[in-house]
Formats: sequence, C-alpha cells, structure tokens
Amino acid sequence: MNQFADYNPIIMSIIKTNNLERFYTEGDVTVKALNGVSLNIEEGEFTAIVGPSGSGKTTLLNVIGGLDSPTNGAVEIANTEITNMKDNELIDFRLKNIGFVFQAYNLIPVLSALENTEFIMLLQNQPKEKRHARAIALLEEVGLKDQIYKKPNEMSGGQQQRVAVARALASKPKFVLADEPTANLDSKSTGDLLDIMLELNEKEKTTFIFSTHDQRVIDRAKRVITLEDGKIISDETK
Amino acid sequence: MIFKIAWRNIWRNKLRSLVVMIAIFLGVWSGIFINALSLGMTNQRTENFLSTSVGHIQIHHPDFLEENKLNFSIPNFDELNNNLLNINGANISNRIRISGMISSANGALGGNVLGITPEDEIKVSTIHNGIKEGEFLGEYKKNRVVIGAKLAHKLKVKINSKIIVTFQDQNNEIIASAFRVQGIYKTANTRFDEMNVFVYRQDLERILQSDQLIHESVLWMDDKIKVDSTVTALANTYPNLKVRSWKDIAPDLAYTDDLMIQMLYIIMIIILGALAFGIVNTMLMAILERQRELGMLMAVGMNKLRLFMMVVVETIMLSLISGPAGLIISFFTVGYFKRNGMDFSAVGQGLEDVGYSTIVYFEMQPSFYWSTLVLVIITAILSSLYPAFKALKLNPVESIRGL
Repeated sequence: MNQFADYNPIIMSIIKTNNLERFYTEGDVTVKALNGVSLNIEEGEFTAIVGPSGSGKTTLLNVIGGLDSPTNGAVEIANTEITNMKDNELIDFRLKNIGFVFQAYNLIPVLSALENTEFIMLLQNQPKEKRHARAIALLEEVGLKDQIYKKPNEMSGGQQQRVAVARALASKPKFVLADEPTANLDSKSTGDLLDIMLELNEKEKTTFIFSTHDQRVIDRAKRVITLEDGKIISDETK
Repeated sequence: MIFKIAWRNIWRNKLRSLVVMIAIFLGVWSGIFINALSLGMTNQRTENFLSTSVGHIQIHHPDFLEENKLNFSIPNFDELNNNLLNINGANISNRIRISGMISSANGALGGNVLGITPEDEIKVSTIHNGIKEGEFLGEYKKNRVVIGAKLAHKLKVKINSKIIVTFQDQNNEIIASAFRVQGIYKTANTRFDEMNVFVYRQDLERILQSDQLIHESVLWMDDKIKVDSTVTALANTYPNLKVRSWKDIAPDLAYTDDLMIQMLYIIMIIILGALAFGIVNTMLMAILERQRELGMLMAVGMNKLRLFMMVVVETIMLSLISGPAGLIISFFTVGYFKRNGMDFSAVGQGLEDVGYSTIVYFEMQPSFYWSTLVLVIITAILSSLYPAFKALKLNPVESIRGL
C-alpha cells in the first residue's frame, strides 16, 4: 500500500515525508528524535529547519538524505520512495539526486578545490573535459576562481564551505541538504555563503534545505520549519 | 582519481608511512640476504663435498661398498672405461681405493689411500686447487703422496717427510710402503683432510702387482642436470655394478638441497607475514583517523566497491613502494657478495668441521626475486582486506557525527 495515499500531494514536490518517526534507545529510555513528521518541500525552495538542540533537525536531514532509516513512516524523493532501498541503492540514489554540505566542510584534504569539486562527477563517471569545465564554472560562481588549485588546508573556513557548496552542486542534484553550514563561519563568510546560495537558488532554482541555529540564515530563508521534540511546531513561508 | 587519492593519502602522515615502508624494505632485503647467504652456504657445502672427491657419479663393485676389500675391484674395467669415455660431457677418474694405516715417526691414523692418475683426477676434483704447501701429483715421481693439512698436522709431517702406508693386499698379507710427502692440501672439510691421501695409481699397481685393480670410477658431468639420466643409463647397462649419483651417496646433502628451496619461501613468507601485521595496523590507524572523511565519501555517493578499492589500492601502493626497492637493493647486495664472498674466518674452524667454506659466496635464483615480488603483492592485498572491510562497516552518519 502506498503510504502517501492519504497524504495530499503537491505538484512539483521534490521531498515528501509521511508521519516520519525515528526512535533511538539509550539504555532503558526510548528517545523520539522524530515523532510524526510530515512535510512537503517543493522544487526551488530555500528552507531552513530550525529548533533547539535535540529537536530532531539533524535526524530529519539524515532521514531525508537516505543516511538514516526511519523507524516508521516513509520518505519520497522526486516520486521515488527511498525508505526501503538497500544500502547500495541508496548510495547510488544519493549520488544522483542529493547534494550535501556539512558543518565541518568535509572536503578531501589531499585534493585541490578543483579536484574536490570534480570528485562527485567522477563518481558519476562523467567525462574528464565535462567535469573539469563544470567544476571550474561552479568554483567561479562561488567566487573561488583564483583558488582552484589550493588544498583545503590552504583555504579559510568560508572558502572551504564554498568549495563544499560547489561540490554539492556539481552533480546537478535535485536538492542540497546542508547541516548547520554556517556554524563554523564568521559573519562575513556566513553572509558571503548565503549570498551565493541564494543566488544559486534564484538563478538556477536549486533547492536548499538547511538545518540551522543561525539567525542570519533563518532571516534569509524563504520558508522556516520549526521542530521541537521531534515534531513540527510551525511551518512559515515568507 | 582513486589512485591519486590513495597515493596522496600515503603521504598525509609521512612518518608513519615511512616507518612501514622502511620495515617492508628491510624485511624484503634481509629475507633475500639471509636466503642468499643460506643458499650460498648450502650450495658451496654440496659443491665442496662433490668436488673434493665424490664427483657426480660413482661406480663400484657392489660388494666393495660393504666390505671395502681390495679384491672387490670393478670387473671388466677396460670395457666400462671405454664406454665411460664415450659419454658426452663426462670427465672420468678411475681410482684404486685402499683403507689402511698412515703413520709417521710421530703417530699413526687410519685413512683412505687413493691411487689416482693426476691428469684425470684434476678433471673430477678440486684437491689440486687446495694445495697449501708443495705441489699436487703431476709428473710422475716414484712413491709420492699428497696428504691433508689436518693429517699432516696430526702426524707432524712436512713436505719431503716420509710416511708409511700399511694395508692388506689381495691375499690379506700386510704390506707397508714408504711415501714421501709432495704436497699438503686443505679443503673446506677438515674431516676429509684428516682421512684421505692421494698417491700415483701406478705406485699402488706396482706394489700390488696388478693393473686391473680399479675400485672406483668417478664421473664429473659438465651439466649437473644430466646426472640422473646418466646414472639410469649406466645402471641399466651394468646391472652387476653399483652405479650411484651423488644424491645416493649423500642423501642428506640432496635432501638439504631440495629442502633449501622450500626454506627460502618459508623464511620469506614468515618475514612478510610479520610485516603484514604492521601494514594492517598502519592502515587501521589511517582509517580510524579518516572516519569522518570516509563517512562523507559514503554520504555523497561513493559506493562500497570504490571505497573498498581505495583502501586496497592505498595499502598496495604503500607496500609496493618499498618492496621493490628492497628487491633491487638486495639484488645488488647479493651480487656484491656473490662476486666477493662474505668472510666468516672468525668462525672458520667450526664451519670447516661441518664442511662449509669460510668465505661464503652468495647465491640466489633470479626467479626468487620475481616470486618475492609476487609474495609482496599478495601480502599487500591480504593486508588490505581487513582495513578495507573495516572501512565498509563505517556508518556514514556516525562517522560524520551528524549530517
């Protein structure tokens, strides 16, 4: 039975979750990290998921990104239910459909900015010329045209995070998940990064979903979903 | 890109990688060094043994080996000798072999008296090369003897000293004959030197009043590979004679020879097995350090096969940088000691007592270098499996510590 049968689908929805639950057991205590989360994210959204620590933001992103499995409920990405996919299918699905930006940048330290950006396309077996051209274009777009041969340890945190954004976009994903992308950045770097992501969102209709505590991010998000104790307590579109 | 990442990852922690690489280098080098030394010692011992008097093939009257009596000479020797001379690549020496007492004014010892034709003998043995004093038998001089250095020392005789050889003739009569020392030889086997003296065959024929008393035909083949087939052919042709190869005469040496090849591989496998633990440990540490990175790779879409291959390639590269270096350096080291030998004079007496030379010339089969390279690759692959499987078991979420 289709778990989305009773759910009201929206045309052009890119992410749909239905009554997501994710429970952890810590000793004798069951922690309800997600407790019945149903949401619908459309293509081109610039959405911030906010809430206090332990509210379930990261768990929700992990489940949407296919990195974690829900205890109950289902996730549908671009009309494909990923909940029951096997590990290898999920890896392949992530490669083709989802871009990731991590709080700690998580670039490959032995590769240059250009090679890091090319890496995802390499995993997609794209030809060298094509991936090289796209990587350079993306790095130019995020303002790192002059830094393409630098290794992560030769770049600032803000520059590394911009490389991470370029890497996330390199595979032309359906959406980008970003976990606290500005948490390690100073104000200027945060502003620059948000400018870049908003520009990509507006120009190329790239869908961004953030988890964040950062008020600067929340202020510029077009939709803000607030979680508390694993439940959505508000969902505001600006 | 996987190769590029693997290569660069090796140099992320230079010290740790260098320690492993040096360990592999030393392991491979020392393994081949020890093996080449052992093979050289063993082969030299065998060659010493064969070239002092045993030769590759010996032919006797079947009873001579049991009772060692003068009467058990080779029957129809002339016919045999004619046939032996027709064997391609065979050098032949025919000996009269008598057990007797060798004495001087200072003492007496039991030993073997070998009646030889010098120009034939030098083709099957190297005794003449070991002359330390005087000279080997050559141009005939009546009743001359060449004795071992150890025997000379025990009998306290020098060049031109007189010794008496006493033995039983064909009629069991005791015969004593005086010989003058013409030369003193020394081989790598002091036991041999103590037991054997060489005289002209014609002296013994004259003393024994017979020219048909050949007890031992010794063959030295130009190509050692032909020994077995020649033995088989001779044994079939002369079923009434005892035809033996050196492997029959000294089965312990033959066994050591055969076993040595297996030992070379066993020693190398043990060394590489020990190194494998070092490699595994290094790679496990590397994976532990890179958990976050590996988790990210899985998260963004690197499949398990690629992740597995990345760890395997890195481990193989780590091993293959230093393994071949160890092989190349050991090739030159072995080559040097093959030409110049390694001097063990400090423990020479002990070695010579058991038939080893004091200067050991290294030996190594070229195929062993290739085999070792294959073993290094196998070790690298096996060593990479556990860390690679460990990497596969990482949970991306836990590794990244929350997306």
